[in-house]
Amino acid sequence: MANGPIIEFVDVHKWYGAFHVLRAINLTVGRGERIVVCGPSGSGKSTLIRCVNRLEEHQRGVIRVDGVELSRDLRAVDEVRREVGMVFQSFNLFPHLTVLENCALAPIWVRKTPKREAEELAMRFLTRVKIPEQALKYPGQLSGGQQQRVAIARALCMNPKIMLFDEPTSALDPEMVKEVLDAMTELANEGMTMVVVTHEMGFARNVADRVAFMDEGEIVEINAPNEFFAHPQHERTKAFLSQILR
Amino acid sequence: MAAVAYVRHASGPMLPPPLAQRGAIGWMRANLFSSWSSTVVTFLIAAFCLWSLPDLIAWATVRAVWRAPDGVLCRAHQDGACWAFIAAKLDYFRYGSYTQTERWRVDAVEAIGAVLIAWLLWPRAPRRGFGAILFFIVYPIVGFILLRGALSLGLPLVDTQLWGGILVSLLTALVGIVFSLPLGVLLALGRRSRLPIVKAASVVFIEAVRGVPFIAVLYMAENMLPLFLPPGWSPDRFIPPLVGAVLFAAAYLAEEVRGGLQTLPRGQYEGAMALGLGYWRLTGLVILPQALTLVIPGLVNNFIGLFKDTTLVSSVGMVDFLAAIDNGLKDTAWSGPTLLPTGYGFAALFYFVFCYAMSRYSAAIERRLSLGRRQ
Repeated sequence: MANGPIIEFVDVHKWYGAFHVLRAINLTVGRGERIVVCGPSGSGKSTLIRCVNRLEEHQRGVIRVDGVELSRDLRAVDEVRREVGMVFQSFNLFPHLTVLENCALAPIWVRKTPKREAEELAMRFLTRVKIPEQALKYPGQLSGGQQQRVAIARALCMNPKIMLFDEPTSALDPEMVKEVLDAMTELANEGMTMVVVTHEMGFARNVADRVAFMDEGEIVEINAPNEFFAHPQHERTKAFLSQILR
Repeated sequence: MAAVAYVRHASGPMLPPPLAQRGAIGWMRANLFSSWSSTVVTFLIAAFCLWSLPDLIAWATVRAVWRAPDGVLCRAHQDGACWAFIAAKLDYFRYGSYTQTERWRVDAVEAIGAVLIAWLLWPRAPRRGFGAILFFIVYPIVGFILLRGALSLGLPLVDTQLWGGILVSLLTALVGIVFSLPLGVLLALGRRSRLPIVKAASVVFIEAVRGVPFIAVLYMAENMLPLFLPPGWSPDRFIPPLVGAVLFAAAYLAEEVRGGLQTLPRGQYEGAMALGLGYWRLTGLVILPQALTLVIPGLVNNFIGLFKDTTLVSSVGMVDFLAAIDNGLKDTAWSGPTLLPTGYGFAALFYFVFCYAMSRYSAAIERRLSLGRRQ
């Protein structure tokens, strides 16, 4: 499937109990494409990207990642999770392991990489996010921006085809937001497929191929950044943008 | 521009805190005399200690009878402990009725066990993986052969009914602790499982065992274990109490571990899942190390309780340490008013030493683990 879209949502619905959180989502993400998803809280944007690596299950519709359909089949889910890296708002680093061990854990146990190779790989990615000197520290000893960069390096160590970012800078102090966005921009410039949920509109403008606006479980509008910000089509989009871009 | 008097040009010297704030005086001020109520309590406790302790210490040391062939001297000195009794019966307390000529085997097993346990518990010991294999696989086999005997190796058989005293207590506690923890972890994971049968089985087991006193579990193990085994296969009489101890402790440990599993933030599970780690990998590498660390105080609490509960195996026929002391107290040659306090005082000392050691070890481990994860 080297030429088809890398993520496909076809008429996807999801409910939390009686609450209809995702409504008729139709979205295709091409290889190397960068999508930014924005919208008010509760709009379902986090749920959307968490469905891509099956941290959430959808009840109706089809989700395909690199040709593999996500279903109850655990082996398919594991396959997908190996190829999809995710960076969380709350970092989710493992506090009982050093930074190096955090990054090397998955390659060693999932890809069966020998320990020394995995550690070299981890050092390479830690250098890419510019914190190689922190390798032997524990996550609790690092600042928020450094922890998030470790999280990015940890996800990259699995050599994923897609990187998902769930509000990666929302929990950071303002002075650390830039270092994380820089790391993400560098990643985008190297051609990684990225789906980013964020409120950082500057990042969206500079890096995204398309920006999607979600509200109440639906993708209201999706467009290239200049069109999206200059000529929003729907009222809800206009209202949201007027609040965000003050 | 005149120099301003209160602006420094260089850092001032680092001064030590005032005398009343540091050292022993500082510690006493902070811990013993920090407020009026604290001061009053300190004086009350000090008064109580001064009233009770000197007498107790004298009873146990200065006025005690240390050596005597029988109870005559102890009956003459009724204001002191009768340690001579303990000294005379010590072999019985340590080995029970274990064949006298073979007692070196018990010593060997206890010594090897102590070395291996120290090796495994010492945080910076080298090659602990190898030690773990020795302890969990080789040691049980070697220990069993040495204690039980093997005619082919020239070791005469010693029936388990002859085993008694400290041997039985330590063995039951060790087997109970070592086997109940993995079983407890499995039960805790089972109770949190999304598979209905696994979850139901775990819940039923935990609640059934917890709802029943330890003695009842031992009786049930004693009477019901033969039903689970093929006919004609009668297990050694020591096996049912060991099985009972393991099952009982496992049910309580399961709830402790489950508490830890619940406390762990959901993000840890999600972070591991997002990396593609399967259930057992993420449980073993990410979840359990953190969850078990969280509940160390509860786990050690359970182990300390289990260590002392082992005395209940005497109700199903095994002669544990306390039962050995009880048997010793019946010896008419020694009878006297100081005998009971001496005997039970010694028992209390034995249990206290082991339980306190466990408690201190767990505190040290907790301190060491919290240093690596300053959050």
